[in-house]
Amino acid sequence: MTSKKPIWAAALAAAGLVLSACGTTGGESAQPEAGASKACNLEFAFMGPLTGDYANLGINAVNGAKLALDEYNKQNADCQVVLREFDSQGDPEKATPLASELVNDQKIVGLVGPMFSGETNATGEIFNEAKLVTVTPSATNPDLSKNGWDTFHRLLGTDEPQGAAAAKYIKETLAAKKVFVVDDASEYGKFLAGKVEKDLGDLVAGTDTIQQKQTDFGPTVTKVKASGADALWFGGYYAEAGLLAKQLKAGGWKGTFVSGDGVLDPGFIEGAGASAANGSILTCPCAPADASFTEKYKAISGGSDPGTYSTEGFDTMNVFLQAVAEGKATRADMLDWVNNYDAEGVTKQIKFDQSGELSQVTIYAYKVEGGKIMPGTPISGA
Amino acid sequence: MFLFEHFFELTLTGLALGSVYGLVALGYTMVYGVLQLINFAHSEVFMYGTFAVVWTLYVLGGTPTTSTGGVIGMLLASLVIAMVVSGGVALLLERVAYRPLINRNAPKLVALISAIGASFVLAEVIGLRGRIAGALGLDDNIGRFVQRSRDATGMPVEIVPQPVVRIVDYTVTNIDLLVILSALLMMVMVDQYIRRSRLGRGIRAVAQDPESAALMGVNSTRIVQLTFLLGGLMAGAAATLYMIRIGVTRFDAGFILGVKAFTAAVMGGIGNLRGALVGGLVLGVAENWGSALIGTQWKDVVAFCLLVLILLFRPTGLLGESLGKARV
Repeated sequence: MTSKKPIWAAALAAAGLVLSACGTTGGESAQPEAGASKACNLEFAFMGPLTGDYANLGINAVNGAKLALDEYNKQNADCQVVLREFDSQGDPEKATPLASELVNDQKIVGLVGPMFSGETNATGEIFNEAKLVTVTPSATNPDLSKNGWDTFHRLLGTDEPQGAAAAKYIKETLAAKKVFVVDDASEYGKFLAGKVEKDLGDLVAGTDTIQQKQTDFGPTVTKVKASGADALWFGGYYAEAGLLAKQLKAGGWKGTFVSGDGVLDPGFIEGAGASAANGSILTCPCAPADASFTEKYKAISGGSDPGTYSTEGFDTMNVFLQAVAEGKATRADMLDWVNNYDAEGVTKQIKFDQSGELSQVTIYAYKVEGGKIMPGTPISGA
Repeated sequence: MFLFEHFFELTLTGLALGSVYGLVALGYTMVYGVLQLINFAHSEVFMYGTFAVVWTLYVLGGTPTTSTGGVIGMLLASLVIAMVVSGGVALLLERVAYRPLINRNAPKLVALISAIGASFVLAEVIGLRGRIAGALGLDDNIGRFVQRSRDATGMPVEIVPQPVVRIVDYTVTNIDLLVILSALLMMVMVDQYIRRSRLGRGIRAVAQDPESAALMGVNSTRIVQLTFLLGGLMAGAAATLYMIRIGVTRFDAGFILGVKAFTAAVMGGIGNLRGALVGGLVLGVAENWGSALIGTQWKDVVAFCLLVLILLFRPTGLLGESLGKARV
């Protein structure tokens, strides 16, 4: 008698599955799906921060991905592709259950993300076991590709070449004589600051470590001025960078403020104020958007300009969409496709090596002028 | 040695930082003096003041090119608005988060939890204002006020510090002076008000002995409200000085500052008005000296070690607990 209920429940669940399957496949296209060689109704996932403190970065990337998807779906009206959004808030703890949820959904055949290094580190093994290919448009921690995950790919350079390029830029382009190096004690900030410090060698006139969420940098300003530095490298994020740049200027320091991709955001200028931000140099392994991309992007984003990682989001989605156009429909096919991919995207020539890193990376330098971040230019030879 | 080479610079910037701590600490200390309760939502009262300053400048049309005279006028207006807003939020807190509990004679711990809850609500309302405005369909009209609501919001005007006087190796700027002097002035005003006015006497009476005060015809509800209001007004003034000096705020800007201000209040002797100021200044200077001596990442460690040391030798803080006592 007791077994009756589970049977009923199972029957109902099965019926529900059938119904929901009808729901997603039916609708506007009633023609048989298997007609074309292309697989229809494939799903991809995006994982990154869409709400919370880092939402800007996630929204930049997901809108880039949506733009690619929109272009594809317009050309293939009879055979749509879906991008499902998983909002991790960039938090490894929130990302882990989401990762398990999305690998268990067999309809999902590829992941754009995870966006942050921390969440990528926490979830990489889950994706690897499920053989679900991931291409991150933004996670830059160099160690991520050293975990031996077959599914991991990254569509931009890491902090390692970025730090090297930044040091080169400070040494050669800015021709700085003395450089002060500040980090924010975060994993990311410490690594970048350490790399720049190592590459600059004798040019480093002093170092300091600040705290995240700190707002008063009086002692740091005093140290920077006392060191006589004509350039400052900051490894950290834009919230602290803006305040630091502002207080350096207010304290009478006249050198050049240089920082990395964590600061490449309009929030830096909002925090620093235009006059303190102007002249700052921000390096990034991410590529700037050109005019036509900007125009198309604005139609998707509701008017806001493309930001950091928007073009990478677009390219990542396109790698997957081209696979769909070629008739790839399973996780194994997708992984194979990405591993063997070699074509030009809007950001760069995309080709991954064994570990999932790009075989060739470019680091860009963005200058702040007139209260705006100008389109970046490649740092030569980096 | 770095500290001694730059002694005046570090001390003066520390005093400016400490003045803001001191003004916010007033709110903690007064509420504690009257209710023996720590109003953990006071940091949010301060944070609303910072937003009031920025938004007033938006409304008045401040831009980076606004003339110095214009900026001064706008800042005076924002000072008034920030004090009104912070005072209002403090009164609202008293009405919603405290009075229902006090009326029911709830234990102090319950009020503490209520304060922490109120603090989260107040902070998240600002942190989610973009979404709230979106849900109400207002975001097109007030886009500038709600965009990027979890990110820092900066002052629309440009405040450039001007050198005033040179002490040894450091050029004191008008902003340092303005912040320190206005904080001192505010403190003196509150102190005198509580000492000399009728309502001030009421506050002291309730702090000393609420029951006797009630028997003598003091309306204790009114007195508690007044205490919250005064604390809120000072937080609004602190918010204006903070925005002049730091220039950037965000939904969680109150948190760390609140912790520091509370520390200042305890350091000076919680419940003691002058203690709040002394505690604030000592804390600000200690942070800067500590940063210079050991390293910037150690500044909080230095500040809190100092707190522990002071409490070891003077368990009631530098000046002792005494809002109700004769000394205040």
